[in-house]
Amino acid sequence: MNDESILKVKNVSKSFSGVQAVDDISFELSKGDVLGIIGPNGSGKTTLINLITGFLKQDKGTVVYNGEDISKWMPHKIADAGLVRTFQFMRPYHTLPAYKNLIPPLYSKRASRTGLGNLGDRDAVAIDILEDIGFERDTRVPFKLAGTLPLGYLKRLELGRCIALKPELIICDEVFSGLSMSEIVSMVPLMERLQEEGITLIMVEHRLRELFRVANRVIVLSFGKKIFEGFPEEVFEDEKVKEAYFGGEDTYVFK
Amino acid sequence: MGILIYGLINSLDLILMSIGFALAYGVSRVPNFAHGALFILGGYLTWLFLFRFNIPYLFSALLAVIITALIGAGLYRFIIIRVRGMPISEIIASFGVGLAILEFLRWTGLRGTTYMLPSFFRGGVYIFDIPVDFQRITIVLSGIAILVFIWLFTSYTKTGLALKAIAQNERAGLVLGIDSDRAAMIAVAIGAALAAIAGIIILPLGNIIVETGYEVLIFAIAVSVCGGLGSLKGAVLASFIIGYAQMLTVSYIAPHYHFVVAMLVIVIVLITRPSGLFGKQKELEERV
Amino acid sequence: MQELRKERLDRGVKVRSESIYAISSLKEIMFIIGPGLLLAALLLILPLFVSSYWQGALKITGVYVLLAIGFGFLANYVGLVSLGGALFVGVGGYLSGGLNYFFDLPMIVTIPIAAVGGALICTILLLPALPLRGVYFAIVTLVYPMALSRIIVATGAFRGTDGLPGLERFPVGIGPIYLIFIVILICLYLLSRLVNYEDFGLVLRGVKDNELSIKASALHLTWYKIQAVFIAAFMGCFAGAYLTHLYGWVGTSLLAQDFSILPVAAAVVGGPGTIFGPLVGAFILVPISEAMRDYGTLRIVFYAIILVIFVVFWTEGILDYLKRKYEQFEHWVEM
Repeated sequence: MNDESILKVKNVSKSFSGVQAVDDISFELSKGDVLGIIGPNGSGKTTLINLITGFLKQDKGTVVYNGEDISKWMPHKIADAGLVRTFQFMRPYHTLPAYKNLIPPLYSKRASRTGLGNLGDRDAVAIDILEDIGFERDTRVPFKLAGTLPLGYLKRLELGRCIALKPELIICDEVFSGLSMSEIVSMVPLMERLQEEGITLIMVEHRLRELFRVANRVIVLSFGKKIFEGFPEEVFEDEKVKEAYFGGEDTYVFK
Repeated sequence: MGILIYGLINSLDLILMSIGFALAYGVSRVPNFAHGALFILGGYLTWLFLFRFNIPYLFSALLAVIITALIGAGLYRFIIIRVRGMPISEIIASFGVGLAILEFLRWTGLRGTTYMLPSFFRGGVYIFDIPVDFQRITIVLSGIAILVFIWLFTSYTKTGLALKAIAQNERAGLVLGIDSDRAAMIAVAIGAALAAIAGIIILPLGNIIVETGYEVLIFAIAVSVCGGLGSLKGAVLASFIIGYAQMLTVSYIAPHYHFVVAMLVIVIVLITRPSGLFGKQKELEERV
Repeated sequence: MQELRKERLDRGVKVRSESIYAISSLKEIMFIIGPGLLLAALLLILPLFVSSYWQGALKITGVYVLLAIGFGFLANYVGLVSLGGALFVGVGGYLSGGLNYFFDLPMIVTIPIAAVGGALICTILLLPALPLRGVYFAIVTLVYPMALSRIIVATGAFRGTDGLPGLERFPVGIGPIYLIFIVILICLYLLSRLVNYEDFGLVLRGVKDNELSIKASALHLTWYKIQAVFIAAFMGCFAGAYLTHLYGWVGTSLLAQDFSILPVAAAVVGGPGTIFGPLVGAFILVPISEAMRDYGTLRIVFYAIILVIFVVFWTEGILDYLKRKYEQFEHWVEM
């Protein structure tokens, strides 16, 4: 792991008609890091992601990615620079077969720059990527309509869309939530592999045990504020986190 | 001074025309593109009762409003309810109904100068040396009265509060036992009634012609888009902005341009501030 | 009580001929291209066998078919619902008419210029609504034609309500029919290739399904919408220019409601599933409408009602119904 900074979030704030959804949050990320962002429901995790990836405009603060201020960029330009995201509520193209869902990212300028888009038949590339992340070709899953796929595959499809762009940084919005235990178990190695390939990851999660297997740093949000930043092992020792996240003392700590 | 007074009249004109549309959209998210047709229908029915059946003016108007409201309720109950949640289908279906009503009226011969509603009161007064006839004063007063009525209705009556609740959060409303379909039907019916009332009050200033129906629809859309789709407060403010802008253009540039102003307002708002003056639409839509 | 449900199974030939498999027999090839060939043959033979009255009707039908295909393409494959086919017709018509009237250009020049230039103008006019949700696009397209005709009447541009008379006209006979039918066939072929096999078309379908994912895929959403609108506007403006030289006259009636609502009705009646649906719808509706010409605006009432019935009660449409029968077996099974 090197110390080269890839993402710097400085004093970012956002409010929705009076409700402070994200309040003055700052953090920094080095290449190859895996950052976990946790926090109770409604603590502003998804809003923070939307701010970083340009889907929302922040009221205050800046986001610096690879040394460039991206706070005013459009979402597609941010994705083009290699900072991509998944959606918590999966957003596949329902009327297209699963493998055709990867055509739009492969059609993008970034894909033709980074190579995946230039390999001729984009269909074949798409199927390869999907097979790589667990869509077994023999079972014809990649050819099924995306609208008919079960949840686990949709979460993978979201990741597949990111991988097709050969990103430098992926922000995963709750890729584990709603999955069965066995589905999660099969997803964890995938995340670890992405990390080994040198991709920086930000993972917003509720499933702490699996998250802590991959994450090397954790941020805890509560009511839009950052209340903790540190190593995963320290999270449960922090009084503020216990208070805000687990609801005071004597709570069962999910380890 | 003339501009000030006639701008005010024009603004309340717009409020009357658009408030029904804005209310139906604001409460039930139903874009009622049959609004202009209901406007004309209100005026036409009044004319029909008044001159064909010789019913007194007041009762004719009342009957027309009730029938139009029923048509609005039926439009929701039998047609829009089936395409609920698909905005585009809602637009196509309601626009289709409006088109059918308007073009049917055109076919029955609704053109020329035969179809004309008499003014409520003859004569007029001078306000700061500007002649203003009583019909226009009626427009101003009834516009204000309707605004007050809607405010009272949505703030103090049970139905009104239910409508407001549904507008803010449909699911929460459902949990509290509010029938959202019934609320939406009421909203569309009230919107239709308001369209008819506006028609009856405004149409005596000219002939009842089909083109006015399309114009009213466009004005209503312009006002709602400018104020922010779904915001009543915005619609009122936007009516004043567009009303005075139209008056200024008509007096200083050329007549017949009030329609162009409405179109320009839509385009400019879309470019600069798509959510309108008071709209929360965009913000909400972008939350992922 | 015995309950039944309808089971639908794809026909074997449909499964075998889906895009990922190599096609191995004439039968499979015919399964895919047969309907298209049949359609092309019908379109090319039809004009030879009809009376001169219906030849006239076929030209008008052609105009509406082009508009309907453009509408269907935008609505079903890009998710943009345009309620203003009249805008395209009007801009294309006035452009070609104006060039012919004021500059004496022959129609072989004015029609292409009107199609391309008109499409550019329409795209620019519609630009403000493109980054926004579909509702705004519908609103803006609805407003423009009405506003433009008011502007033309108010300013007296293009000679106001009188219009531009005495423009160059197509020769009589079946030549003009073939002109528009061949354009229709080319458009159909290219569009169906585009939306079914080209990656660009897939991106457009992605725009319809999910705008946010398109943005997250590093694609400029508005730019793709612009290109799609240009394609549809091109077809509409060509139709307008064609109409201009068919009548030898340009006036505000080119901006009338007919051109907006009939294509919508045709597309809805035909069904959203394929690019050919609007064509089928237009071939059903326009002849009926032509036969009703004596009843004036009652025909607008007629297709407004048809439109509402299909939007509300039978969204599948005629062609999708046929397509389902063509591609699948159906039978009742016990539950």
